[in-house]
Amino acid sequence: MSGCHDCADCPAAKFTPPPAKAAHVIAIVGPPNSGKSTLFNRLTGLHQKVANFPGVTVEHHVGRLRAEADREVLLVDLPGVYSLLPRSEDERVTHDVLTGLRPGMEPEAVLLILDCTNLGRHLLLAAPILNLKLPTLVILNMADDLRNRGGQVDVAKLSAELGAPVALISAASGEGVEKIYQFIQGTAAGRAKVKAPLIQLPVLQDIPKCRRWASEVGAGAAYRAPEPPRWTRRLDAVFLHPWAGPLIFLAVVILVFQSIFAWATPVMDGMKTIVEASGEWVAPHIPVPLLRSLVVDGVWSGVGSVLVFLPQILLLFFFIGILEDSGYLARAALIADRTMRKFGLQGKSFIPLLSAYACAVPAVMSARTIENKRDRIATIMIAPLMTCSARLPVYTLIIAAFLPNRPLLGPILGAQAAALLGLYVLGFLAAVLTARLLKSSILKSGGTPFVLEMPPYRWPTFRSIGLRLLDRSRVFLRKAGTVILVVAMLLWVAAHLPLHNGKAPEIAQSFAGQIGHVMEPLIKPLGFDWKIGIGLLTSLAARETIVATLGTIYGMEGEAASHGLQQALHTDLTPGGALALLIFFAFAMQCMSTLAIVRRETGGWKWPAVQFAYMGVLAYIGAFLANQLAGGAVTRLIAFLQ
Amino acid sequence: MQVSVKKNDSEDTRSLLHLAALEPGQEAVLDHLRLPEDISRRLMELGFLPGHTIAVGKAAPGGDPRVYRVDGSEVALRYETASRLVVRRPRKASA
Repeated sequence: MSGCHDCADCPAAKFTPPPAKAAHVIAIVGPPNSGKSTLFNRLTGLHQKVANFPGVTVEHHVGRLRAEADREVLLVDLPGVYSLLPRSEDERVTHDVLTGLRPGMEPEAVLLILDCTNLGRHLLLAAPILNLKLPTLVILNMADDLRNRGGQVDVAKLSAELGAPVALISAASGEGVEKIYQFIQGTAAGRAKVKAPLIQLPVLQDIPKCRRWASEVGAGAAYRAPEPPRWTRRLDAVFLHPWAGPLIFLAVVILVFQSIFAWATPVMDGMKTIVEASGEWVAPHIPVPLLRSLVVDGVWSGVGSVLVFLPQILLLFFFIGILEDSGYLARAALIADRTMRKFGLQGKSFIPLLSAYACAVPAVMSARTIENKRDRIATIMIAPLMTCSARLPVYTLIIAAFLPNRPLLGPILGAQAAALLGLYVLGFLAAVLTARLLKSSILKSGGTPFVLEMPPYRWPTFRSIGLRLLDRSRVFLRKAGTVILVVAMLLWVAAHLPLHNGKAPEIAQSFAGQIGHVMEPLIKPLGFDWKIGIGLLTSLAARETIVATLGTIYGMEGEAASHGLQQALHTDLTPGGALALLIFFAFAMQCMSTLAIVRRETGGWKWPAVQFAYMGVLAYIGAFLANQLAGGAVTRLIAFLQ
Repeated sequence: MQVSVKKNDSEDTRSLLHLAALEPGQEAVLDHLRLPEDISRRLMELGFLPGHTIAVGKAAPGGDPRVYRVDGSEVALRYETASRLVVRRPRKASA
């Protein structure tokens, strides 16, 4: 799971078409988990321009190469493959790009990246790639790992065997990367020659023959496989221990949730102070009162109240990054498989569902790797029920406003973190139960087996985690600066019209207030008033927008300024209504980006319409029941915790 | 798709068993895969090739899925898949 680089950009409108007159295109190809993306990020660096190309297939990333001032070199990061036989859709992308079936994307040269700690098996892919007869640099990644574990390979001999240049590198540390630049400069000068391998390439369809060819090549290059990764064995003895394993799994989950609350709070308080202080500082400098109100009440209170959540979201991505990069996530998938199976979910649904914790958009896209169409649709349909990071600000705001932070398990787990964890579990259960329902009714299928490669444990690098966080900040800030900013300004306008004698009306009498009042009978049974109604309406664009909306409304009423958003919420929500609002957000499909991507992925409006409807009904019924039945229990729980 | 190593020794067919029947820590040599072509292909690309030695590693709680070590990597398979891989005990172990 490499994660979506830019999920805010995935909706159809914003992709960049491939350049009409192709620059120099160089493809990066390799088996899954061989370090392609690490190398891609290293070569393109922070100048990377990531674009997502739509199609029937899995995305590939395009980035501009660093340190090439005089000409345009585009690197294409292709989905990981074990072979070039196009069977599933993601393999077809790699196949199509490499064989020149994608106009404007025909590669001039190929960087074939292989994990040299397992060269015998990884060389399997070299046969079909070399058969393309394109200038190819064979990159042996994880050189440091090979050395540390006592492995060996003769690069010059391997190069002679393969008839292609070979570079021994470490993409993570940057060792040997200069050889890649030399190769790329060489292709520009036309110096790269294509030679035939010493041992004739085998028939590509015959995997046993390809594997024997790979062994012969490896033997010719004096390849000595490294010792088994001793630390991986030791750690697996602990993490996959019959009873310690699940306990550690649980502890990891609790740690993540507790720290999202406990560690992020001081930074978030700091952010809040900065946002408020800067708003107060800006206000006197704006001469026109109406403009001042737009900037301070509309933009500052609105966008500012969302910005406060950036540290928390970064903390979540920090943990996701560590779990992914270290290799623990594969073990977690293994431990969770039994549970997943009970719900009729196949192993392959697991990765898309895990990535939905970040954002449903990349999750829906990664469902493309599921060959079975019905399984794929089922996975797409349930992905938005998983708790994405856009829900985090809403959850945090409401939980912190209503629930006292009493420690439950000493300092390990507080009541607020436990409530947040509960909401994540709720989303997960809703997703798997829906999957079960779909698969036993309209989307019956046989399914594919669970095959999961266990990567060795590795230390996550600061560089890789840092890049993710930087990327995530960009996505978050862009969303705050576009969708949320526009909605906040529109809301401010709607809250200031119609003018009476040139003066803005009370917010309750404004257009925004009127719309809210029209909605009120519908949402009253859920425990929401017209202000929450406006929030629900604006949050259709993106979930976090409700936080901005409430910030703007209360900002105009002067409540947020005097008491803060959390206190202001108490005047409009009963504890039962607060629970109802949380449940509404857990279930409702409030994300235009996701609907757009589901339409694109399923090729029509049918499935997004079904999804919007079923999630809406689920949200309404869930919130209704919560408000009507659980209101008293929530009030007592809060009193008990105080 | 049936991919197998040709053998005339009828004695050996008696020592055939499926991969899921092995105990943790045991090793065996893959004889053939009794699975549809696309799945066998995927497994062969991951190293499950006839003639390769497979060792049983750690398992998830409850014993399923299990991790198998083959051709330099570790791959987790569910019982339902592992039971379709037919293996041979090495001669010294079966004796």
